Amino acid sequence: MARRVLLIEDEPNIIEAISFILSRDGFTVHTHEDGETAMDKVRAQRPDMIILDVMLPGKSGFDILRDLRAEPATATLPVLMLTARGQAKDRELATRLGADVFMTKPFSNAEICAQVRALIGEDSPRGDVARDATA
Amino acid sequence: MDRTGSRIRARRLDAKIAQRDRAQSVGISASYLTLIDHDRRRIGGKLLTQLAAALGLDPALLAEGADAGLVGRMRAAASAADAETVEAAQTADLAARYPGWARLIAAQADQIAALQQRAQMLEDRITHDPALATALHGVISAVTSIQSTAAILTGDAKVDADWQARFHRNIFDDATRLAQTSAALIAYFDAPANAAPVSLSPLEEMEQALSQTGFYRPAQERGGTAAADDPQLSAGAAGLLADYDARYHADAVALPLATFLPAAKAASYDPLRVSAQMGRPLAQVMRRLAALPAQDDAPPLGLLICDAAGVVRLLKSVPGAGLSRAGLCPLWPIFTALGQPGRAVAAQAVLPGTPDVRLNCHAIADVIPHPDGPHMPPLIEATMLLRPDDGPAAAAAVPVGAGCRLCPRTKCPARREPASVSLAITL
Repeated sequence: MARRVLLIEDEPNIIEAISFILSRDGFTVHTHEDGETAMDKVRAQRPDMIILDVMLPGKSGFDILRDLRAEPATATLPVLMLTARGQAKDRELATRLGADVFMTKPFSNAEICAQVRALIGEDSPRGDVARDATA
Repeated sequence: MDRTGSRIRARRLDAKIAQRDRAQSVGISASYLTLIDHDRRRIGGKLLTQLAAALGLDPALLAEGADAGLVGRMRAAASAADAETVEAAQTADLAARYPGWARLIAAQADQIAALQQRAQMLEDRITHDPALATALHGVISAVTSIQSTAAILTGDAKVDADWQARFHRNIFDDATRLAQTSAALIAYFDAPANAAPVSLSPLEEMEQALSQTGFYRPAQERGGTAAADDPQLSAGAAGLLADYDARYHADAVALPLATFLPAAKAASYDPLRVSAQMGRPLAQVMRRLAALPAQDDAPPLGLLICDAAGVVRLLKSVPGAGLSRAGLCPLWPIFTALGQPGRAVAAQAVLPGTPDVRLNCHAIADVIPHPDGPHMPPLIEATMLLRPDDGPAAAAAVPVGAGCRLCPRTKCPARREPASVSLAITL
């Protein structure tokens, strides 16, 4: 079974690009654009890892990460934080809240694929893009 | 002592003119000029005018020395520079001998101070303007999307025709958005260049002076009560600083640092706990907490004091708070406290941002009897202590803003005026 990545990001064209490169790399990618309902999506989807943007409508990525770590089922779920803000204090906060990887935009495709492979392995079969843009 | 003669001598030596030649040129003996040079004879009238003309100086400058205000501004410039390299003791002499250069030094020092204030204002604007933050986020998002999509299209792996068309359209959309946002950003940053120079009110001047030491006043801790003579302050600001120092001293006597600091640390800088433990008024404890000397483990603590009309009388901001005395959000807990004097208010305030900025706030309003008697309305003073909070959002957190003009909460019930959208961009 393909490894499942949940991409929580609200920029449609970034969603499309990341979904494309990861699915080409063998992962099944689900997407979600709203911060407020992100935890519901995580519980329903049970992904193998999450790529989490910081600036989201409804709730920030930092708050979602805090919720993930507070819930036993997702306390150790690998999380790659993605943000347009590369300030040291943001990186520090992400680390303190339990992010596994912190990447700043703009990122390289090769780098994001490498980080996802490093977090959940690369021995999975090729997957499909399963985009879900519902809030 | 009249130093006119000394100034004449200094100027003559600068010009490398022999004493005898100068004496002859104004029709006096060299020995009489020696007495004048050493301030042993008073000089005035026609002889002073002749000597000043011979030295190319204004007679008033020779007679009175340099303007005290000018000397004060030069001393301020020296104090702002490296004291090791500036001969500050010779400031008055320099101003008297080279008034043109002295005015230039003072004017440039004033200009540097104004530019520093402007830089601080722009930094505050960049940090706290949500429209700018949104626009910059839009630029980075568009660049990220273009870079990632272009890398897919130009990579070694084959991309089928449908995806190619989709990605080309995405790049076009992102490039268009980037161009619009860039144009708006240029317009945004061009605007301040034409703005009028920043002028500070006496209150802001005082707060700027206090911020040099984080509002901590070592002289008042040691027992001094008089405000330091700061030549950079206007008379109004100096008067306010004297009032601040007098109150600071009274607070320091009531809560000496030697006992207050350990108690504050033990109570994790919680003003309610410190107030209860030390048996002192909450407002006084909060003033002391906000003016502690720099401690490694102490959190940054801000302070806001306002009167019954909500006018801010003292403001010490904290990182991320974006507080400004103009147009304060009426939802800050200090205004809740103002409506219920004597009762402490504790609340978490949340400022919009990415992520949200959370602040733990404690506030109380005190009723101060009018000095003319109970028939006059009492004076009410509210005090609020602010502390950044990295913890989770409280269930009853109060959404506040940096003032309506900068606040993106469009549906806020407390909104007084529309937000000033300085970046008309559709992102």
